[in-house]
Formats: sequence, C-alpha cells, structure tokens
Amino acid sequence: MIALRPRIERLVEAGLGASAGLSIAATALLVVTMALEVTRFFAEVTPAQVLFDTVWAPLFAAPRYGIWPLLLGTVVTTLLAVAVALPLGLLSAVFLAELASPRTRRWLKPTLEVLAGVPTIAYGFFALTIVTPALQRVLPDLPGLNTLSPGLVMGVMITPLFGSIAEDALVAVPNALREASLALGANRLRTLALVVLPAARPGLRAALALAASRAMGETMIVAIAAGPSATMTAYIAQVGLGDVPAETTAFRTLFVVGAVLFALTLTLNQLARRGR
Amino acid sequence: MSAAASSSRGERGLLAACVFAVAAPLLVLSVLVVGVVVQAAPHLDLEFLLSGPSRFADRAGIYPAALGSLALIALTAALAVPVGVGAAIYLQEYAGRGRWARLVETNIATLAGVPSVLYGLVGLEVFVRAVGLGRSLASGALTLAMLALPIVIIAAREALRAVPHELREAGLALGATRWQMVWQVVLPVAAPGILTGIILATSRALGEAAPLLVLGAVVFVSDPPTGWSSPFTALPLQVFQWASRPQEAFAQAAAAGIVVLMVTLLMLNAAAIVLRDRARRRGA
Amino acid sequence: MSRSAPLVLALAAALSACPTRQPKPLVQIDGSSTVYPIAEAVAEEYQRAHPGARVTVAVSGTGGGLNRLCAGEVDVATASRPIEASERKACAARGVDYVELPVAYDGLVVAVHPSNTWANSITVAELRALWAPEAQERVLRWSDIRTGWPDQRLSLFGPGVGSGTYDYFTQAVVGRTRSSRSDFAASEDDNALVSGVAGDPNALGFFGYVYFESNRARLKALAVDDGDARNGVGAVAPSRESIREGRYQPLARPLFIYVSRASAERPEVGALVDFWLIQGAALAAELGEVPLPEVVSVRVADRFARRVTGSAFARPGAQVGLSVEALAEALR
Repeated sequence: MIALRPRIERLVEAGLGASAGLSIAATALLVVTMALEVTRFFAEVTPAQVLFDTVWAPLFAAPRYGIWPLLLGTVVTTLLAVAVALPLGLLSAVFLAELASPRTRRWLKPTLEVLAGVPTIAYGFFALTIVTPALQRVLPDLPGLNTLSPGLVMGVMITPLFGSIAEDALVAVPNALREASLALGANRLRTLALVVLPAARPGLRAALALAASRAMGETMIVAIAAGPSATMTAYIAQVGLGDVPAETTAFRTLFVVGAVLFALTLTLNQLARRGR
Repeated sequence: MSAAASSSRGERGLLAACVFAVAAPLLVLSVLVVGVVVQAAPHLDLEFLLSGPSRFADRAGIYPAALGSLALIALTAALAVPVGVGAAIYLQEYAGRGRWARLVETNIATLAGVPSVLYGLVGLEVFVRAVGLGRSLASGALTLAMLALPIVIIAAREALRAVPHELREAGLALGATRWQMVWQVVLPVAAPGILTGIILATSRALGEAAPLLVLGAVVFVSDPPTGWSSPFTALPLQVFQWASRPQEAFAQAAAAGIVVLMVTLLMLNAAAIVLRDRARRRGA
Repeated sequence: MSRSAPLVLALAAALSACPTRQPKPLVQIDGSSTVYPIAEAVAEEYQRAHPGARVTVAVSGTGGGLNRLCAGEVDVATASRPIEASERKACAARGVDYVELPVAYDGLVVAVHPSNTWANSITVAELRALWAPEAQERVLRWSDIRTGWPDQRLSLFGPGVGSGTYDYFTQAVVGRTRSSRSDFAASEDDNALVSGVAGDPNALGFFGYVYFESNRARLKALAVDDGDARNGVGAVAPSRESIREGRYQPLARPLFIYVSRASAERPEVGALVDFWLIQGAALAAELGEVPLPEVVSVRVADRFARRVTGSAFARPGAQVGLSVEALAEALR
C-alpha cells in the first residue's frame, strides 16, 4: 500500500505533463495543417501568381490568386480600427493612470471592460443595422456593405484592450520621474507629454501591436458588415459557409490566406511581447 | 496670458479630452445596447425562447440554438478544463524553469494570440475531414476546446501563482508528497481563481461564431443536439443566419437572439467578477 | 476549504454525458441556396405534421450539396441545375445512386435598386457583354452597357461559384458554364445579394425568383429580351405566369432534389420525400416558385416510387431553355 504512493505520484506527474504536452500538440496541429495545405497549394500555383497578381478570384473558372486585394482590405479595416482606438484608448489610459481619483477608477475600469465583453456578433450587427445607415446619411454613395462601418466599430471594440495595456505601461513608469519633472517646475500636462509618455513608449507600442493584431484577426464584424472577400477573415468565413470541395486548389486558398493571417498576427504579437 | 494660466488651460483641455475619450466608447455601447434592445423588444417573449427556427420571422425562435450552445460549451469545458488545469498545475508545481517549461509557456502565449477563425480552419481540416467527425457537436466542441485551452491555462496559472508559497512549504514540511500537497492545499485555495478562468473561457466559447462558421454551419436545425455526432446550431450562428436575411422581421429576431446572448454573457461575467473578488479577499 | 472546483468539473462531465438518449432518425438535406426556402418550408411543415422527426437543411451551394451526396454525407441534395458529368462520375465512383426529381420551376431575376429609373429591360446580348470574362475591368459603368444609360459606377452582385444559379446563368447568358468576369461581389447566400442590391442605387445582381418575390418592396426586376419572337416579342418581365408559360427565357429553369437511393430505403427519408412531392407544390407556390403542373408532378412521384436512378439530362446544354413541357418529355 505504501509502495503505491511513488507510483501514483509518477503517474500523476506524467498525466499532468501530458496535459501540458497537449498544448504543444494543439500548436503543432495548427502549424502542420496550414503548412500541409499551403505546400499542396504551391504545387499548383506559383508564388509569383500570389504575390504579383492584383485580382483575387480563386473560385472562378479562370482563377486569379493575387492576394493584395484581401490584404489591402484587412489593412484598411485594421488601420481604421487603430485610428479610432489610439486616441480614445490613450486618453482613457491617461485618465485612469494619471488623472482619475481612486474612487473613479474603481467603477470606471470595470465599466470599460464591459465593452470588451460584448460578443463580436453584436458589434457586427450594430455595424450593419445602425452604423452603416447613419454613415449613408452623411456619405450617400456608401454601399450597404463597406469597410468604413466595420472598421470604425472594430475601433470601439479594441479600445478597451489598447487602453488597458496602455494604462499598464503608464502605471509602470516610475513615480520618481513624475516627481522629478514636477519638482523642476513643469505642470502636469508637460510632465505627461514630455516625460511620462516617452518613458512609456515601448509599452505603448506593445499595446498598439496587440490591438492591431486583434483587429486584424476579427472575423464576425467584417463578415456581417463588410461583405465577403473584403478582408482576409471575411473570405475565410465566406468560403467556410459555402462548401468548396476539399482537395481542390480553391479550397486550399483558405489555408493560404489563413497562413498569411497567422504570420501577420504572430509578428504583431511577438512585437507586443517584446515591449512588455 | 501668464504661463501658469495657459498651462492650466492646457490641463483643462487635456482633462476634457480624456473625459470625452472615456465617454465616447461608453456612449457607443449604450447606443448599441439600446438599439438592439429596441429592435428586439417586439420579438422577445417566452415563445421566442421555446420555439425553433421558422421561415416565418414572427415564429422564429431560439430554443435549439440555445440548447446547442449549452451542449457545446459543456462539452468544450469538459475537454478544455481538465487538460488546461492539468497543464497549469504541471507548469506551476512540477516543471521548474527548464527549457521544456519555457517552450510550453511561449507556446501557450502564441496560442492565446491566434485569431479564432484559424481554429476553425484547423477544426475543419482535422476534426471534420481527417478524423471524419463531420459537422457534428463533437467537431464543434473539439475546435472550441482548442480555442479555450490557452485561456484556461493562463488563468489557472495566475490562480496557482497567487497561492502563497508558505502554504506549499508547510504542506511539504508536514510530509505530504507533491501531489498530495497540490490536491489538498494548493488547489482548494486556488479554486475560485481557477473557476473564474473557466468561466471566462466558457463565455469566450459561447460568443465565438467565427470558428463555427468555418466548420460549416448547418442553417436549419430545429432540434437540440442529441449526441456527439448530432448536427447542431449555436446562438451566434443562429443570429448570424437571421442577420443575413434581408427581411426586417428577421432583423428583429437577430436582435432578440443577441439580447439572449448578451444577457447570458453578462451573467457569466458577473459570476466571474464575484468569484475574483472573493478570491482576492481570501488572499488578503 | 472550497471544494467548488471538483464540483464544477463533475457538473461539466455530467452535462456532457447527458445527451445519450436514443437519437431520433435524422434526414440531412444540403445544397442550393435557391432551393433552400422551399427545403426549409418542407422541413418545417413536415416536422409540424410529424413531431419527433428531425430534419436539417444546410446551404453549401448546388455543387457542395451534390458533392456531399456523392460522399454519402447527406440524404438529399437540392440543386438549381441538373447534375453535371463530373458529379455523375464522382457518384458512380463512390457507388452512390441517386433519384433525380424536379420539384419546382424557378426564374432568374436580374434585379436593380428601386431608385434606378433608367433601366427597365435588358437584352441577353447586353447581359452577355456585361458578364462575359472579357468584361472584366472593362464594362464598369452603366453607360458601357447601353448608350443613353447614365455614366455612373456599376455595382455587380452575383452568386458565388459553388452556386447552381451561377452555373445556370453563365451557361444561359455567356454560353459557357462558370465562365464570367470575376470582379463582382459574390456570395453563396442569396440573402446577401438581395441586401447588396437593395442597398446600392447603382447595383445590378441576379438571383432566384423566390428571393425577388419575398423582397419585392426593396428591388426592381428588369424585363429580359431574348430576341426570340417565339417566346413573346420584346422584353418579358419575370412573373409566375411568364415563368410557367415558358415566356421568360432563357432565365427559367427547373429546380431539383437528388435523393440518395441508399438513403431512400430508410423510412424517414422516404416519408420526407413523399411529403415534399405532395405538399411541395403548395409550399413552393406560397413562396413564389412556380409549382410543377399536375402532369409533371405525377410523373415525378412515379419516378420516386419506382426509385428510377440516373439523370435525364445527360447531354450538355440540355439544361438551358428547358420549358415545362420539355421537362415533362424528358421524364417520360
């Protein structure tokens, strides 16, 4: 009976280690799946066709595989989102880190976090049914499915993410720097602009990279409000909805686009980790 | 204008800008919520909760989607929680700082940042096609479990890390083996935090539609799933389907579905926050 | 000492173990977005009449549905065009026999935004010039289609490449299946096309008549002139009558379901298909599809009863311009 203990201990440790190993297996599955299909794709299609063609029409009789239109769509919506989230998130971070009283912080911070908890399908629906018509009143030429509306809504969605990490970056700036600046006669605004923000720059860059990565990978908002083939994620969702027969070049475009998306978000995430 | 006066003007301007920046997203959120609730109001009744989809918008209901979501996240949790908590325990209590441990940690951080739609691609290739599970509850749960796994691991790890070192040392000093110490000392203390992590991962899985779309959403499913291999639908999928239909009445149904989804998520997140507070107070 | 964690784990495990009741028989339908409204109506009414029956309907496109039928994954594939040679070969290779059953008649509507005042009709020649591969990046404005039309941006919408509607349109208009320009907003989901056209004053799109009928207030249909006096002089507007009478050419076509012969042996599948063939006409009419005339539906029911396999449309080009009478002949 007593001799059983060490055996149980080793079994438990092996089991737990296996669980940890499963997480590696998950990544392996991800990478292997994409690598496999991408390799098979490039057996049929040359990289030049993907890099140098300007039309994305993989499902047609005369297929064209230029990835730039999809990439451009993703970049446009991401930039729009960041353009919204950067000022709003930074100023909220400044407010929470530098200007708000502890009492305000206690209720404000969780309230802002609620924004991040709204399901993305709700944001997408909001973009399609409320934001797009409102924008159409200002820009009558705006088509019902466009990239402006989801871009702006995504900006609101990633604002709390950016704001939260930016706030961490600001809080991490040692108080000594602030006190020194104030002691030298600068007011709070100058301290903020000339001392705190520059000191927090690496953390702020990390926050930006992470927020951009999140916007890039967002699917539901663009799938509903931007239409198919507007961005990389919308394309993946659209083709997934239909059923292009597997084992075809057209099907493999899913994985090529997925691989590009993975590479881009991975790069951004790595940049973010470096800065924290 | 003296330097002091202009600088305090600048400060006031900054304050105003900050308040605007904080208020604007909250305002947008209020417009979203009010807009959705107003659109949903005529459709939101008991019948909506109890009936299935229909080609008649006014008869369309969310019952199979709600139960499908429930079954889906229950299965996802059953898959992701034991593996995730186990991995976190291993990393925190057993693994030390070696190369293997660091590899696993980097790996988990990578997984956590992968866009959810890519998990759908993997699920499609591996579970639906290669393993042959088809578009069933099992495929959906396995895919979402892959998505939830890094979230569970990271949250559980945080909870385990928060357990004071003294407790571990006391347990070991009293002669417990490592596993006895973990099971009887560390886990009970970390439990609320781990539970918070489980709830967060679950609420994330509940709201995710993108991977399920890529798996191949079946459009008309009027019954809740009955087993691993059943076709299924889920709340966000049903909402997406209704939102895609141009008739105004279906937009109302979609809004009603979103209200149900948001209320459920709100309750889950509130539970997580309560648990997190309890864990903090316990630790203090 | 909190024991909540093990409790939660146990609860999750219990919940996941719950659904092990005896699964009820399931009929799986997949295929065309055009046929989907009928399939959905049939599934709904069938379940209302037979509580306890389970039917699911997916929309993978005509191509996708037939693909899954030949892979043995679904029981019934819906299609907005007859099965093609490559698909027949795939089914034969897998040993899957199917019963081909027309279920309704449909028209392809060329739709524009209601505020479009300049276009009321369009000729097939203009449609061909508009949609042919050569039009890619060349026919970009309304004035490029017909002189006199305004010099405004043209916004095109059409079904995606998995769609039977797309296959049929390209065959009928351009002359070669799946041959068209590719710079248009493509979607497998006809609802998205309706939303797209209804949301853009410069839009032009094509999709099944069912989707036009249920969105009349938001769309305007163009009359189509095929230049063939036998079908009626001038442009013919799409309507149930013009489709049924065979005047709305070449954009009228039959809709099919393909039932896997092996699946048909299961009582639940046979019952559903019988229900469809009997009740389908009324449901189709309710939705705006043209139900098959009595003489044809009798032959179709007989075809299913005898489980006649194989396709009656083996010749290429046999599908375009198929009037109801020709359909009846083909089924004899």
